[in-house]
Amino acid sequence: MSNVSTASELTSATAPKRKHRRGPEERREERAFWVFISPWIVGFLVFTVGPIVASFFLSFADYNVVSSPKFIGLDNYINLFKDKLFYKSLRVTTYYAVLSVPFTIICALALAVLLNQKIKGQALFRTLYYTPSIISGVAVSFLWSWLLNPDFGVVNSLIYDWFGVKGPGWFTSPKWVIPSMVLMQLTGLGGTMVIFLASLQTLPSDLYEAASIDGASRLRKFFSITVPLISPVILFNAIIGLIGSFQVFTQAYVITRGGPDWNSYFYVLYLFDTAFAQFRMGYASAQAWILFIIIFALTMLMLWASRRLVHYEYDAKR
Amino acid sequence: MFKARVTHGELGAAGKIVVYGLIFLGLILFAFPIYWMIITSLKELGEVHLMPMTWIPTVFVWENYVQIFKDVPLHLYIWNSSWYTAITMVTTSFFSAMVAFGFARLRARGSTALFALVLSTMMIPPQVTLIPQYLLFNKFNWIDSYLPLIVPSLGGSAFSIFLLRQFYMGISKELDEAVKIDGGGYFSIFFRIIVPLSIPAMATISILEFIYRWNDLIGPLIYLSTGEKYPLSLGLANFRAAYAATPWNLLMAASLVAVTPPLILFFLAQKYFIQGIVISGSKG
Repeated sequence: MSNVSTASELTSATAPKRKHRRGPEERREERAFWVFISPWIVGFLVFTVGPIVASFFLSFADYNVVSSPKFIGLDNYINLFKDKLFYKSLRVTTYYAVLSVPFTIICALALAVLLNQKIKGQALFRTLYYTPSIISGVAVSFLWSWLLNPDFGVVNSLIYDWFGVKGPGWFTSPKWVIPSMVLMQLTGLGGTMVIFLASLQTLPSDLYEAASIDGASRLRKFFSITVPLISPVILFNAIIGLIGSFQVFTQAYVITRGGPDWNSYFYVLYLFDTAFAQFRMGYASAQAWILFIIIFALTMLMLWASRRLVHYEYDAKR
Repeated sequence: MFKARVTHGELGAAGKIVVYGLIFLGLILFAFPIYWMIITSLKELGEVHLMPMTWIPTVFVWENYVQIFKDVPLHLYIWNSSWYTAITMVTTSFFSAMVAFGFARLRARGSTALFALVLSTMMIPPQVTLIPQYLLFNKFNWIDSYLPLIVPSLGGSAFSIFLLRQFYMGISKELDEAVKIDGGGYFSIFFRIIVPLSIPAMATISILEFIYRWNDLIGPLIYLSTGEKYPLSLGLANFRAAYAATPWNLLMAASLVAVTPPLILFFLAQKYFIQGIVISGSKG
């Protein structure tokens, strides 16, 4: 399985090499191929290649949309590395990623294991657990800012009733704002859970039987069989989660607008402000390229680390 | 997908009690936010701020749902989101299907390399292309219209192309030959064989596209500035601006209105939905 398998593996099934001269039928087929993929070719050139090239050049320019762009060399990058807010937004985003990725993976995996037990109503429970992840975006941001409202929110009110102490300020507290954003992920766990569930169902039972004969405990089986076998899926979810963390926007825009005191000023929120509030397109393009490099480097790093940690021997699909 | 696993891991009576206990505990935790959303939306504003809080509204204020349509043009937002989502759902699915058919069924030199290119575009963060795309659409005078959001969907989406291609490769090629014998070309194969046989896969990607478009905030935020043109996501984000202090009951009512269409779709097309999530996460 694994989504990290290389592109050549994925595509190897098509286009067998042909050595003989191509007849009219094959040329017809080739022409049809280009006709069918033409929407993608056009879209790719106009909305991906063109913009990437433009973005690269813009990152070396000063451009405010009104006057024409001015080439300024590496100034955007140099200024970025002197920009305190740039470092702040990186710190905020990294902190979020460090908390959010393990939180999501551990909770979703625990839920998946729980809902993989053979019990009555299994399918119903799975559906119920999955349902909250349908609601997302702006609505879920408002929902959590209401649940975690420091004065009238249900969470703080329960904390007071049960423990007699005043709850934290959540989204309004510099210390708690990022943990609150992580806690918000709770509603969306269903999506990750379903992916884990699917991979748990493909595990071979012979290994578990052998382990049972050897007298291994449930916990032991989980850590010695389940975790290694589904490690490619764990890695996949970690990469997706990490990339997602670096692209957080909606929650921060809707709930805190980066506050209090820049403590939830996520990287993409800063990029958005630079580009579409201050119209500093060159500077924002430099920010975008640094984001690209960070995401690329992190993905490569995780893939590299996975060679040591991840089992690919057992094909989890069959 | 939800079929029972083979024999290992039978639970004893004690184990069953623990598992049920944990499941119900989790369920309370998971369902509670939605319950609280519904309950808050039906309370009077005074009761929303009441301490200690009430678990069920003392009076059910259904008028809250009338009020939100009076305070902001919610009907316009719903209409905008609906037509925009419908159009992009159809265009993305159709063009992705076309492209996927090309990659799955037609042999041509360079198709392997091109497909690798399709996959690699999924790695590029959208923020990199966002700014030049904005500048391009600005040149076209398309700002404050839905064109910048719709036109890029005509090229299909890399993820949908990938998913459909996998599906098409599983369809027997003998059917293609039958069409060819009847004198049909590749378009007849596409429309008469591939499209009808791939309805489940098309449903899956359409649903994923629906959810993405319905919830997307940053796209509309960048391109739309006139209030009447807002989709629901953007209208909802600005909902608070209509009031001095946040009326949480009305805000929850409006949020609930916004999440209802995806929820209905989920319950109608549950099977495809979960399939889509699983495929997005585990095929490769």
